[in-house]
Amino acid sequence: MRKSRRIGSRFFMGLVFLFLYAPILLMIVFSFNAGNSNVVWQGFSLRWYEELFQDRTILQSLYTTLLVSVLATAVATVAGTFAAVGFYSMRRRTRSVLMNVNNIPMMNADIVTGVSLCLLFVAVFGLWNEFAANYRITLNLFGSLYRITFPELSLGFGTMLIAHITFNIPYVILSVGPKLRQMDNNLVDAARDLGCTWMGAFFKVILPEIKPGIVSGALIAFTMSVDDFVISYFTAGSSVSTLAMEIYSMARRRVSPEINAVSTLLFVVVLVLLVVVNLREARAEKAAARRGA
Amino acid sequence: MKNRRSLLAVPYVGWMALFVIAPILIMVVYSFTTAAFDPTLANYTGMGTYTSIFLRSFQLALIATAICLLVGYPLAYVMAKEGPGFQRTATVLIMLPMWVNFLLRTYAWMAILENNGLLNQLFDLIGLFDLINGLFGTDIEFFRMIRTQGAVVLGMVYNYLPFMVLPIYSVIIKLDHSLLEAARDLGADTAGVFRRVILPLSLPGVLSGVTMVFVPSVSTFAISQLLGGGTHMLLGNLIELQFLGGAYNPHLGSAIAMVMMVIVIICMWIMNRFGEGEEQAVVL
Repeated sequence: MRKSRRIGSRFFMGLVFLFLYAPILLMIVFSFNAGNSNVVWQGFSLRWYEELFQDRTILQSLYTTLLVSVLATAVATVAGTFAAVGFYSMRRRTRSVLMNVNNIPMMNADIVTGVSLCLLFVAVFGLWNEFAANYRITLNLFGSLYRITFPELSLGFGTMLIAHITFNIPYVILSVGPKLRQMDNNLVDAARDLGCTWMGAFFKVILPEIKPGIVSGALIAFTMSVDDFVISYFTAGSSVSTLAMEIYSMARRRVSPEINAVSTLLFVVVLVLLVVVNLREARAEKAAARRGA
Repeated sequence: MKNRRSLLAVPYVGWMALFVIAPILIMVVYSFTTAAFDPTLANYTGMGTYTSIFLRSFQLALIATAICLLVGYPLAYVMAKEGPGFQRTATVLIMLPMWVNFLLRTYAWMAILENNGLLNQLFDLIGLFDLINGLFGTDIEFFRMIRTQGAVVLGMVYNYLPFMVLPIYSVIIKLDHSLLEAARDLGADTAGVFRRVILPLSLPGVLSGVTMVFVPSVSTFAISQLLGGGTHMLLGNLIELQFLGGAYNPHLGSAIAMVMMVIVIICMWIMNRFGEGEEQAVVL
């Protein structure tokens, strides 16, 4: 009775995972297809991988995706950690108001976040560009005239990066927050009494305590950045594009099987990374358990 | 001392004012003005034209959320009953697809659902079409799956199922086991323990899972564009069209986005009333 129920639940899990992984498996298989169809198998070949490494557009968009994700994660992790520490040193009332604002980008639909940021950038840049077109600074240095013009601004990598940072920070704060709540505040006081400076207490006491929260926050932030399409789509303008934007614009015409190849590569890299990290964690846990016993 | 530490949050408070509050205020201004920035209500009063799109979006998102809940809750539940090693692997397996951008995965579904796609090939291979044609005297060669509303719902379920499973799982896993034992000692059977202890205690996870599936579903435009073939327009497509598409009108687009946002907030508010005001939402 018990055993059959267990088999049943495993079977159910297997079905759900099959559903989750079927498209990914398909993508991997057809990245090795000789023909350019996603439906008909025409033999094994590495043709799409070769073409991928010569396709400047796709490689550029892959680079953009990774760069914006890494930069946004780095900035958001640092800023989010500081902000969380600040939040948890505030009075309850102030903190809960700020936390509600912090939740807005998470609770809002991506399209609303993307569109509203797009409006902000367009409005600010519009004003700026008008200013830049009408005013220039003329300098008279050592008898020669220098004319400094203000650069014209438009949507691009910078605005997309700001958008990514904006939607990443809340996730960092949300995963650092609980660790701060669990932390014993007396530890900080003790460190201060023992002569630690204000900053020293932060780096030597608080930071080690909340480190697991920071790591998982960074991981979630990176995942959200890599997975994002909607917000990038509205804030990147027409000059840069991420991998997802590239596919979206291709899907209206015809998607090249190179996309299968690049996704397969990404997937394999992530898979290997996760397996390595998990094995290390499992081993560390086992060692800790043995030490405990 | 403590107050000095709270200064650490000042830069981020400024950032939020600039990039969270200000954009929404600008959107509100846009929604109440014309192209020449004269105040108007026309963007809202003309909304009736899009009633069918609103209804369709909310209907499809509700169906997708219900399916996610029906599949996601049992999955989270059985996952939480497994050993720690298995649990870790299962959690990673649920998160892993998210690292392949959701557009890539949705695009892969196109190949599965095509008229000559893999699912139809499979049906053909096992003789399903011959069977149906023999039974009903019909003459079908494929099921039309892509460019239907069903395909859009499938895309939503596929993409957002992890957002339902993970919050529920993380709540169930933290349940106090002594409560379950107490319920059993007091005479509850398995079904009773589930209905009276586990289910009510896991409600916060369910609520945040429902939010995290419903909100992106109701506002999606990429899924309906790829799997719905652009024939079943959703709110997301309508908004996209006003900003980056042919019908460029950010003022109307803002108004539609505002209405959508307000309806979603009202839904969330009502739902959280049922949850008896759990203070903090559970994310991942």
